[in-house]
Amino acid sequence: MSSSDNTHPLVKWIDERLPVFTFLNHELRDYPTPRNLNYWWSFGSIAGIVLVIMILTGVMLAMQYTAHVDYAFDSVERIMRDVNYGWLLRYLHVNGGSMFFIVIYIHLFRGLYFGSYKSPREILWGLGVIIFLLMMATAFMGYVLPWGQMSFWGATVITNLFSAIPLVGDSIVSWLWGGYSIDNPTLQRFYALHYLFPFLIFAVVFLHLVALHVSKSNNPLGIEAEGPQDSIPFHPYYTAKDFFGFGVFFLVFMGFVFYAPDFFGEPDNYIPANPLATPPHIVPEWYFLPFYAILRAVPDIEVFGYILITAKLAGVILMFGSILILFFLPWLDFSKVRSARFRPIFKQFFWIFFVDCLVLGWVGANPPEGFFVVLGRIGTAFYFAYFIIIIPLIAYFEKPRPLPESISAAVLGGKKGEDS
Amino acid sequence: MRGSLTLVLTLTCGLMAGLSLLAAPAAAAEMPEIESRSWSFDGIFGHFDRAAQQRGYQVYNEVCSGCHGLRLLTYRNLAALGYGEDDIKAFAAEYEVTDGPDDEGEMYQREALPSDHFVSPFANTQAARAANNGALPPDLSLMVKARKNGANYLYALLTGYGDAPDGGELPDGLYYNAAFPGHQIAMSAPLDDDAVEYTDGTPATVDQMASDVTTFLAWAASPEMEERKRLGLKVMLFLLVLTALLAAVKRKVWSRLH
Ligand code: HEC
Ligand code: HEM
Repeated sequence: MSSSDNTHPLVKWIDERLPVFTFLNHELRDYPTPRNLNYWWSFGSIAGIVLVIMILTGVMLAMQYTAHVDYAFDSVERIMRDVNYGWLLRYLHVNGGSMFFIVIYIHLFRGLYFGSYKSPREILWGLGVIIFLLMMATAFMGYVLPWGQMSFWGATVITNLFSAIPLVGDSIVSWLWGGYSIDNPTLQRFYALHYLFPFLIFAVVFLHLVALHVSKSNNPLGIEAEGPQDSIPFHPYYTAKDFFGFGVFFLVFMGFVFYAPDFFGEPDNYIPANPLATPPHIVPEWYFLPFYAILRAVPDIEVFGYILITAKLAGVILMFGSILILFFLPWLDFSKVRSARFRPIFKQFFWIFFVDCLVLGWVGANPPEGFFVVLGRIGTAFYFAYFIIIIPLIAYFEKPRPLPESISAAVLGGKKGEDS
Repeated sequence: MRGSLTLVLTLTCGLMAGLSLLAAPAAAAEMPEIESRSWSFDGIFGHFDRAAQQRGYQVYNEVCSGCHGLRLLTYRNLAALGYGEDDIKAFAAEYEVTDGPDDEGEMYQREALPSDHFVSPFANTQAARAANNGALPPDLSLMVKARKNGANYLYALLTGYGDAPDGGELPDGLYYNAAFPGHQIAMSAPLDDDAVEYTDGTPATVDQMASDVTTFLAWAASPEMEERKRLGLKVMLFLLVLTALLAAVKRKVWSRLH
């Protein structure tokens, strides 16, 4: 279908001057999509919905929130207690944040498993990593706003990391803080940036989708759609499939909002921030835990008794490195075959890597003592070895299983995809 | 993929369970084990037991409020416990607040009104510490949300007093409590049998009072809970039906392809 089906004169009049209708038709209706996408492909559009929900609830919370160290905590409690359905807004926003990360982690691991980062989707993937970084910054600053104990001490720990940078570290930290400690200027700038960043994310998501619509979706078989028999129009097939996905997602999301709204939270954040009382265990939000484990994994690196790189600096480098390395993945994995379905060795290491990430998360949630230190180091070593050593080696040595001739041959030739 | 996913998840869970056994002794030393009880406000249909809430308010008012504030509540919030307007006015009138300035520019004292926040027992933290041997009695408005295992912990704390198990001496001003992290708390046992005389005639055992005041404080921390769970039920039912319909639509649409 094309815009010429829209015979309404007004539609035509607008379309001839600003082709929004042609555009929508092209990108959302006719848009050819591989016919074999499974439900792991629903998480991109779910992420889009969550982003919209976060922005809407966020703007409404902002109408009631006060960014000042003396009032922030109480203004949040006022939202919870006195604003009509304020508790609903806040619990949607808080749990929406956690859902966002769950959805994005699934989306990202989907990409890793099915090789969606490979040519010609390198930029699509890179934009995704940028979104991920922006999300982490947004979530981190958002967590500071209620000005509870974990807000304050989490921010203290994380911003202090920058002091590890040689020479300029301390200046950078006071520049970030707007003073010599985390205080009112810090809270106010975090608020301003927390409001700004979601719109940056929105813009990058738009680019992400432009890139997607150029290269089209990958699929569970990891082979390109060739002829019309391999693709189906986005509407009604994937709109129908995605809407069902939304339904299931909202059941889970609302289950948390209404029945376990503090499940992902830390009890300590219901204690107002107190710069004089350090909580016994400072832990970041759950979605940062694997990175927190990597941060704390390394000891001082010494050469002949001199400290060459402090543990703190090494930790910071590795923590940022663990995400930045994702940008290089399309070139580290130079195997021509995308989908893990046809890569027996890759598939096994993928799952070991997956478990490694869970283990790192568990380490991050525990104090860095004894057994957890060792486990954290092994986990971190494997994390980097996976990208830098294992993936290139597999790409070189692995003998992939034969690929099907085409999507339609595989799907319609009696052999159904096992993942759907 | 589904097969290997199950396998991996099973392995992970097994591995984590095994490893956490190794790690458990270290953790157990700091955080005492807290027993789970069943509460009227548990579960999907949970609601606050009104009678327990009212008794709990009485305990708070007659015992805890000497040291602990409840600053996020207003007196009129007590309507949720089933009190009428006159009761609430009377509760509020027991307290004085500073208001003003009046037409002469003077601040003045007046009886608290239902719209006022609960009056805290101490003017500031210094005064609170001075009256409590240097220890600070925290505000209880959010206590149930601000501790792991909230309600169960609070009950265990209030019923956890006794002699130190090894007969050890505690420093002056500290008391043995089985539930408190570190077991040494600066609050002496606040509840003794018959510390209050319940207006509804319920025998005021320590267990009874602890459980009542916990119910009251659970409400104080999440006053929206009943409304939240009621609305949640409607939302979930709606979503179930909607999702079932969307599943049917999806099947119908896709059946054209096969
Ligand atoms: C005589 C003053 C006093 C009275 C009365 C009192 N408390 Fe306390 N309470 C304290 C002090 C002091 C602390 C701080 C203890 C510490 O930090 O070691 C405290 C701490 C607490 C804590 C925090 C424990 C923790 O995990 O940090 C709770 C909960 C508590 N009290 C509940 C109550 C309840 C419920 C009552 C009424 C039944 C009550 N208190 C009556 C003085 C009092
Ligand atoms: C705000 C966050 C994000 C939104 C709203 C979003 C949205 C989408 C949407 C709607 C799609 C198409 C549907 C799909 O394939 O699932 C998509 C595809 C994709 N996304 Fe994202 N995304 C986000 C973050 C990320 C991140 C963090 C990454 C990885 C680092 C990523 C990598 C990809 C890739 C590689 C594809 C193409 C996948 C394929 O076709 O196989 N995205 N994204």
